[in-house]
Amino acid sequence: MIGVLSYLVFFATVASILSIAVLGLNLQWGNTGLFNGGVVAFFGAGGYGTLILGGTPQADHLGGFDLPYLIALLGGMVIAGLLAWVVGILTLRLRHDYLAIATFGVAVAFENLMRNAEGLAGGAKGLRGFERPLRQALGDGFTYNVLFLIFTVGLLIATYLFLQRLIRSPFGRLLRAIREDETAAQSLGKTPARVRLTAFIAGSVIMGLAGGLYATFYAFISPQDVLPILTFQIWAMLIVGGAGNNKGAVMGAFLIWGAWTASGWALSRFAPLDVQLYTGSIQFILIGVVIVGMLLWRPQGLFAEKLVVSQSGRA
Amino acid sequence: MIQNLVDGVLVGSILSLGAIGLTMAMHMLRFANFSHAELLSIGAYSALVFDGLFSALYPPLANAIGPLSLTWALSLATILAMAITGASAVVIDRLVFARVRAKGGELSMVFASFGVAMIIRNVLGLIFGLQSQLYSKDIVFAIVISRDPFLLIKPDQVFSLIAALIIMAILHGVLSRTTFGYALRAVAENPSLAQVSGINLKRMITLIWIIGGGLAAAAGVFYGLSNQINPVLGRDLVLPIFAATIVGGIGSIYGAVLGGFLVGIASNLALVILPSGYSPSVPFLIILIVLMIRPTGLFGEERA
Repeated sequence: MIGVLSYLVFFATVASILSIAVLGLNLQWGNTGLFNGGVVAFFGAGGYGTLILGGTPQADHLGGFDLPYLIALLGGMVIAGLLAWVVGILTLRLRHDYLAIATFGVAVAFENLMRNAEGLAGGAKGLRGFERPLRQALGDGFTYNVLFLIFTVGLLIATYLFLQRLIRSPFGRLLRAIREDETAAQSLGKTPARVRLTAFIAGSVIMGLAGGLYATFYAFISPQDVLPILTFQIWAMLIVGGAGNNKGAVMGAFLIWGAWTASGWALSRFAPLDVQLYTGSIQFILIGVVIVGMLLWRPQGLFAEKLVVSQSGRA
Repeated sequence: MIQNLVDGVLVGSILSLGAIGLTMAMHMLRFANFSHAELLSIGAYSALVFDGLFSALYPPLANAIGPLSLTWALSLATILAMAITGASAVVIDRLVFARVRAKGGELSMVFASFGVAMIIRNVLGLIFGLQSQLYSKDIVFAIVISRDPFLLIKPDQVFSLIAALIIMAILHGVLSRTTFGYALRAVAENPSLAQVSGINLKRMITLIWIIGGGLAAAAGVFYGLSNQINPVLGRDLVLPIFAATIVGGIGSIYGAVLGGFLVGIASNLALVILPSGYSPSVPFLIILIVLMIRPTGLFGEERA
């Protein structure tokens, strides 16, 4: 019983962390119409940032500034935001494709850098030497994991409420206005490029938070954690849940993460041994089919965006 | 140094062939197609299948041509692979892109292209296995062109370069001398106006995919000749090919040709100063530099 329960806690923790990343993507794609092809770079920047700032000093690579945990987590978010600022400032004035290509490129380059730069982040071996916060007081067991789940869910709720408020605010209306008709928004004296940059950075900072929590949860991060497949998973979550709808984003995250782990389990359990090598390929095809299928048959997702009319049309 | 330059030119010709098709589709359908590089994989693998088939049906075809490792069977297979890849590109468009296009935004197409790329890449992996394969197991020695500066070239690479240049010259002839070429450029300039002038838009889109697919298949085979064929070939080439289109300017076919060579040369020269582990990042650096200096690329025009 305790085995099932601790698995559920583990599952819920990872799903909640991914939900936060999906919420960040929803701000960019769902609300503003920005295509982020490199979610994993911002997720990774948060994760690596948190561990480098909060870890114990290491001989063979940078880091171990031993900062208090919350400051390290915040620092990871800032690093993700800085990365987004650099990419955004170069691409957001141009046609949409450039952002898609540049963000895809930044993810490739990020993974490549982390894999090769041993002095920066431990290279392919990953980043070690991080102590989970309050580990001495709480130990490594079930209690710790439950408390970490509560901490994560708390941050998920905080992010959710923040975004709900944000999209109802004048700024949220502005985001949707730019998404729907940039020229019209411009004619009302708004600067789409600056607003888009703000939304892009904000979304990436949220992804950085998710990455920081993920790295904290495992007390470890390596290039294997920032592979492009994570970007696709996070997209599938948003597209299935419903772009533009925060509730849909969270539901999509739990649904897809459930389907992903279930399919992995089923394949490892029931597939013949010689097929096991191809488990990854089969799962990737499933994710691809989910993305393409949803775009073909239900592009609005399971939970469609509720469009609000701020002022009714009656004159 | 000179070796890097020559290698860069040879890789560049492959990137150019890939970038031409990509830039045409991006210009006309207005979306960044992340599945384009998978067409290179489809081409490389179909050539592998037909190469085996032809060699088995008529063994003399399995003889290598001159100093190359390229066989007669593989040359025939390449032509067939170009046709098949062109057809696959059309089928993918009909099945996925045309429908997503009818439904909505350009960016949904980008999402869809990522999904398509994942499906193609992993289906190829399931069919052909995840290990690398070669067209020929014979070892072809590189020829020492000069000893000071030291320069090695494989005959296959020279053949690929010449074949790529011939293909590009044919394409140039078609685009600049035929009615079809004019129609194609007209559609790219202004689809509505072109339709008013009696150009069938749907047929043009089909032709773009056929040309793009055919060129990609040739690029895939040439890549396989000097490297190996594996299911992640598309994943490794997608960013360099995008870099080539951005360097050349999205929509410019001649820009794509030049961009391919520039990216090929720059990537190889970068290895003079960078450790080779960093080579996957180089196309991204090139993209960043172009976006900083000249976002529209060499020959691109500004378009929102």
